Amino acid sequence: MSRLSIEKPWQRWLIRFGVFVAMAILCVPGLWVVLTAFRPNIEVLARPAVWIPQNPTLDNFARLFGLSSAQQGLPVAQYFVNSLVISITSTLVAVVIGMAGGYAFARYRFKGKATLFLAFMLSRTVPGVALSLPLFIIWARLGIIDTSFGLIVVYMAINIPFTIWLTDGFFRQIPVDLSEAAQIDGCTPWQAFWRIEFPLARSGLASAAIFAFLTSWNEYALASQLTRTTASKTMPVGLMDFTAQFTVDWTGMSAMAVLIIIPALVLTFIVQKHLIAGLTFGGVK
Amino acid sequence: MAQVRLEKVSKSYGKLETVHGIDLEIAHNEFVVLVGPSGCGKSTTLRMIAGLEEITGGTISIGDRVVNDLPPRARNISMVFQSYALYPHMTVRDNLGFGLKIANMPETEIKTRVDEAAEILGLGPYMDRLPANLSGGQRQRVAMGRAIVRNPDVFLFDEPLSNLDAKLRGQMRVEIKKLHQRVQTTVIYVTHDQVEAMTLADRIVIMRDGNIEQIGTPSEVFEHPVNVFVAGFIGSPPMNLLDASVTGDKAVLDDGVEVPLPAGCNVREGQQIVLGFRPESFAPKGHSLHGDAGALTLRRVVAIAEPLGTETILYVSLGGMDVQGKMLNPRVVHPGEELDFTLDLTRLHVFDKAFGRSVRA
Ligand SMILES: Nc1ncnc2c1ncn2[C@@H]1O[C@H](COP(=O)(O)OP(=O)(O)O)[C@@H](O)[C@H]1O
Ligand SMILES: [Mg+2]
Repeated sequence: MSRLSIEKPWQRWLIRFGVFVAMAILCVPGLWVVLTAFRPNIEVLARPAVWIPQNPTLDNFARLFGLSSAQQGLPVAQYFVNSLVISITSTLVAVVIGMAGGYAFARYRFKGKATLFLAFMLSRTVPGVALSLPLFIIWARLGIIDTSFGLIVVYMAINIPFTIWLTDGFFRQIPVDLSEAAQIDGCTPWQAFWRIEFPLARSGLASAAIFAFLTSWNEYALASQLTRTTASKTMPVGLMDFTAQFTVDWTGMSAMAVLIIIPALVLTFIVQKHLIAGLTFGGVK
Repeated sequence: MAQVRLEKVSKSYGKLETVHGIDLEIAHNEFVVLVGPSGCGKSTTLRMIAGLEEITGGTISIGDRVVNDLPPRARNISMVFQSYALYPHMTVRDNLGFGLKIANMPETEIKTRVDEAAEILGLGPYMDRLPANLSGGQRQRVAMGRAIVRNPDVFLFDEPLSNLDAKLRGQMRVEIKKLHQRVQTTVIYVTHDQVEAMTLADRIVIMRDGNIEQIGTPSEVFEHPVNVFVAGFIGSPPMNLLDASVTGDKAVLDDGVEVPLPAGCNVREGQQIVLGFRPESFAPKGHSLHGDAGALTLRRVVAIAEPLGTETILYVSLGGMDVQGKMLNPRVVHPGEELDFTLDLTRLHVFDKAFGRSVRA
């Protein structure tokens, strides 16, 4: 760890101020969205802009779930379920396959290993949207347009290479000696993996899972092409329901954006402990 | 009862053979040390015995069983790794008891055996710590404790002391020896340190480039090295090895000094040989280990003197090389001083130059 050596207080304050400005610029749009979720529609386009909601309301959220008299509800609950099912399924599959793949890359030698690894990385360089047309055509032929399954397959394909890459790194940090010691202690290779290597890689796997989940949860470009109806539309795609031909329901859209952000935040906080707790590798010199 | 037998055991990585069909028999309760320079195949051999490395050819048996195709868990062995390989997420107690737990031993018995091992190794105060919070020496003990609780047929050690500082290494060496006397198990111990090998071993196996050069007790390999490699590897300071040629019953060194050869050497007139003698056999008159009888006297100028307390190492020029002599019960010697040295002719080693083999009867 290199340490910043900043002697003079004014330099420290300058840096803090700089960080504050940068963070403020980054956070303002997000903050605006959150604030807008709690204001009545008339405040949104007011000039000059009203920052703090003058008449804070939960009406926008009520409307989303059809609990308000003002307007008929959107199928947000269904979108939420779709998003959860698609994100969780694709994450689980990506983590299981990624873990197996990462372990293989970290521990075994096999033909074409370097090439395969490179290919996985290159697959990350192709922007997903570039594939949307061929994907759409193939998915349509296969009859999996507008199904959760169709999106799950796409998100698995996006997440698996990255998960392999991440878990490969984590397994590499665990010395092979540990598994060997466990096998001498009486374990089968399988037991040695689950009792020794898996617990040690757990924090790494948790971060891989978070990345995979957030990718699927937030993905918009492909989902907007491959989904049509409440059968498979996800939350980000659902946001567009708030745009009519000539008007945009900004408050409703913001309320829904908040609903999208919350699970992601909660999950990140839960797993964060794992991410940071990172086990100390004291067993091996 | 667990003797270990290796017959024509070889190992190849791809096309490259790194262990070339070695034979080795280890008796029950014997402490055998594999020693040799880095990369000579010691670890590979040990790992083949452990079952961590497949063998390419030959047979390995432990006790009466051929274990060629048995996984490590079925061989009833335990191993102390150079890295210790302690499980970082488990306390010392859990590290020690892990193997017993895997074997589904009842909790109470695990506790008894773990406590017993902890007692032997003085680990009592650390039982609830994680390995990260232990010193190097303590980790080393935990690694040994984990090996002994399972009561294995064979202990395998792979350079267990090489991560410790010199003082601790000396202490642990003694502890390992005590441990062996106490638990009475066959031990195969790998090291590149010949001092460790000499002090610990019942028998030493000296390896080079995937071959066994010599097997013998510490005194056998010290007194009767079969070739130049073993002669130079065992002993500290190392044996002096000088090129010479045979003239009559004498060896003539490169600087013309004539040294009478011991009787019964298998040499021809004019043959190129290597003459070896240990620093212990070359000392100023009156300061040698075995007295001055039967010795050749050579007057030499001391180039460097290294006083070590009970002895002093003296560097002089002989046969065109720097040779070392060991002066017992030393007096102060200054560089540049000229002394009469005696070379103990009964303890000369003679090797043929071409193959390095001993030609002494
Ligand atoms: N996995 C491996 N693949 C290829 N060569 C190896 C492998 N492991 C060891 N070797 C080679 O085998 C030889 C013996 O290694 P090793 O048994 O570790 O030596 P030592 O323990 O005596 O230092 C070395 O030349 C080493 O490079
Ligand atoms: Mg080694």
